[in-house]
Amino acid sequence: MSRRALWPLVVSFALTVAGWAERTEASGATAHERTLPNGLKVLVKEDRRAPTVVHLIAYRAGSVDEVNGRTGVAHALEHMMFKGTRTVPSGEFSRRVAAMGGRENAFTTRDYTGYFQQIPSARLSEVMALEADRMTNLVLSAEAFATEREVVIEERRLRTEDRARSRVYEQLMALALTASPYRQPVIGWMSDLQSMTVADLEDWYRTWYAPGNATLVVVGDVSAPEVFALAERHYGTIAPRGLPARKPQDEPPQNGIRSAVVKAPAETAYLLMAYRVPQLARIDGAIEPFALEMLSEVLAGDENGRFTRELVRRQRVADSAGAGYGLTGRGPGLFTLSGVPAAGRSVAELQQALREQIARVAAEGVDERELERIRIGYVASRVYQRDSLMSQAMELAGLEMAGFSHADADRLLERVRAVTSDDVKAVAARYFGDDALTVVTLDPQPLSGARQAPRGFSGRH
Amino acid sequence: MFLSSVHSLWRLLRAGLVLGAGLVALPALAVLPIESWTTASGARVLFVRADAIPMLDLQIDFDAGGRLVAPERLGLASMVNAMLAKGAGELDEAAIAERFALTGAGRGGGAGDDSASVSLRSLTSEPQLSRAVELLALLLAKPTFPQPVLEREKARVIASLRESATRPETLVRRNFGALLYGEHPYGRHADPETVAAIGRDDLVRFHAAHYSARRAVISMIGAVTRERAAAIAEELTRGLPEGTDSPPLAPLPSAPGRAERRIEHPASQSHVLVGQRGIARGDPDFFALTVGNYVLGGGGFVSRLYGEVREKRGLVYSVSSYFSPQIQAGPFVIGLQTRKDQADQALGVVREVLERFVREGPTTEELAAAKSNLIGGFALRIDSNGKILAQLSAIGFYGLPLDWLERWTDRVAAVTLEDIRAAFQRHIRPEAMVTVVVGAPPAGASAR
Repeated sequence: MSRRALWPLVVSFALTVAGWAERTEASGATAHERTLPNGLKVLVKEDRRAPTVVHLIAYRAGSVDEVNGRTGVAHALEHMMFKGTRTVPSGEFSRRVAAMGGRENAFTTRDYTGYFQQIPSARLSEVMALEADRMTNLVLSAEAFATEREVVIEERRLRTEDRARSRVYEQLMALALTASPYRQPVIGWMSDLQSMTVADLEDWYRTWYAPGNATLVVVGDVSAPEVFALAERHYGTIAPRGLPARKPQDEPPQNGIRSAVVKAPAETAYLLMAYRVPQLARIDGAIEPFALEMLSEVLAGDENGRFTRELVRRQRVADSAGAGYGLTGRGPGLFTLSGVPAAGRSVAELQQALREQIARVAAEGVDERELERIRIGYVASRVYQRDSLMSQAMELAGLEMAGFSHADADRLLERVRAVTSDDVKAVAARYFGDDALTVVTLDPQPLSGARQAPRGFSGRH
Repeated sequence: MFLSSVHSLWRLLRAGLVLGAGLVALPALAVLPIESWTTASGARVLFVRADAIPMLDLQIDFDAGGRLVAPERLGLASMVNAMLAKGAGELDEAAIAERFALTGAGRGGGAGDDSASVSLRSLTSEPQLSRAVELLALLLAKPTFPQPVLEREKARVIASLRESATRPETLVRRNFGALLYGEHPYGRHADPETVAAIGRDDLVRFHAAHYSARRAVISMIGAVTRERAAAIAEELTRGLPEGTDSPPLAPLPSAPGRAERRIEHPASQSHVLVGQRGIARGDPDFFALTVGNYVLGGGGFVSRLYGEVREKRGLVYSVSSYFSPQIQAGPFVIGLQTRKDQADQALGVVREVLERFVREGPTTEELAAAKSNLIGGFALRIDSNGKILAQLSAIGFYGLPLDWLERWTDRVAAVTLEDIRAAFQRHIRPEAMVTVVVGAPPAGASAR
């Protein structure tokens, strides 16, 4: 290690120390935004509590952008992004980040792909140089991919094939949705992984890894003007590139209940249900998405949520039960209910009980006291979120990738807080009919003698 | 100008970082700003003031872990901990949950082999903080352990134990623990039968004996004054039971020799654990082993195991090694998952990498890279209140010196190639590893 490389570190420390006192009070700062001429959007949030920083770049390319036969390519490319560029050999990216004292990883979702490094703030310029380099100079070799494909297949086995409840989820998405690529698993179908080629990856990379398709988020012990200057230096030289038109791939309406059973080694049955519901289109649009968000909290947001209170504690029909709603996202909206039946109770009884809870809200609305409890929780968690640089960075990136602005976070919270009992009642009455419902149950199989189908599931439409 | 304590800590760390990198040695710039005292009731307190966010994190660690539970009642330590919030004073579980929620506070807890803990994250605004603390104090001092709730919770725990017993990751962990520790508490786990045997009296007795102030350590970080922190610590421990003295540690049985267990499972992957007993907290070899293990299998995407098993051969998604120091020697573990027919190949590579590492130790370049990461990245271990709380808790509960963090980077910097070789050779014997494979290869060894 070069000694010289340490000097910038020391200098930056001194600057930082001087800056602390007056910045201590600067809390919950808003992010600064700038878009470079090549289209890269840069967001910076200053948090000077410690001399560390999160550097995260998000590409608006997730599994929702994949086409049949090439599922899993977004995630496979994410793996290959660590395999070297024209000037940085395979594995060197990680070695350099590690040598900076950094931690790094990457992730792929239905909506986007993200790469992040947590590093001492003095090393920001160096990781930017590395990240900018792999935005355009990636080298994709067939040999390297032959090995990495096996890694990805092992990941699929670990996360999905051998996990009964993951398979239920995979089946649910594939059954609830027909036209939307949201139906595909992020990691990809096994057969698509096995037949994937370097050309598929090359296509993906050339199509989506462009500055105009990315948002850079930096949170930590930095100043916004410095970060903008660094971003200009490292990313600003990358040529802008056009993006292909994105097909809407709208999901047609659902006109009847759908159901499936998954058999897998397990002890206990499991129930997963999904209703087609609207998602947030505009922050200042209809109240419905916010009301659905509030409904999910009323049902299962905390220990006194109705599912736990009524189904786990009072009726003893469930050992656990949950509700989920993705307020934002690039694909169709689903409101999920899930649960594990208590000993001696069936999934049919549990399903009935879950439906009754929704019906009760639809008939009676909710108590003001319940809403108030949830509002308090939202506000408190906004404060607590400020303790983690990573979670602040993830929030900024997530909003941008879902098509909103990082600046919408507060307004979004305001609107959730403004939801009334009547709003919740209205969405519970409107969206939870059988015609928009998909139900998948786990039929547990004994460990001995269980034979899993190696690939392919019934119920794919 | 006001500098919060965390910021003074940073100044100090800067000195450590530069020292660690081998440049001019600077004198320590500040004392470590962990304030420590003992409450009137006898609980030890570790406190760091951090004013940037209007919140307080606190955790109480009790010497009330699974090690204290009779073999026929395993699961009791966790059950006592979980039941604290299921009834206290005049309040039932719904009222407790409601009151916490109305303050905006989050509550956590759990029990391990060594300790049981209760944690709270609250806003520092009033009356929220006072109410949250008052409520937590009530839970700790006056749990009612209502019988019907206990029966329900037992049923839920039993169902979840049955479910997890079908999963390869659970089976491999349990069998590994049993081979490594035998009947010692570190090798045991709760079963449906032992949970079914737990009675309300067991909970009452366990709480009265072990949830006492003199067997508690309170860690706190947040935007309160030391005076306020002291008052909170008093309030939380004032009503705790008198308790008994800490029971002696169970002697560790003699270390097992080479042992291997293969278990059939229908999953497509084998789950593999390889390891041995490692070290206890406070072991003088801790830093040599930490730096060495970074090279071997602890260092994320750059370790030897990662390189050989994943990067070169594509056998796994994840492979890593770690030491888990506890009151007594906790395990050293290498873990991986791979397609069944590759398990023996992966295992062969792991053994080869381990043997060579123990024999030769790291290279000069590897040692430099490890130090560069551990020292350069030390800031990332304590750059949030949540992370600092975890450090305070470990320092407090395991009785590490208060300058533990202050000296951490120096100690890493001082580790030599010979230290690592010697430490690994003292603690790790590749010829006597314990191996468990769940999901034995289809045509492989016989099952048991």
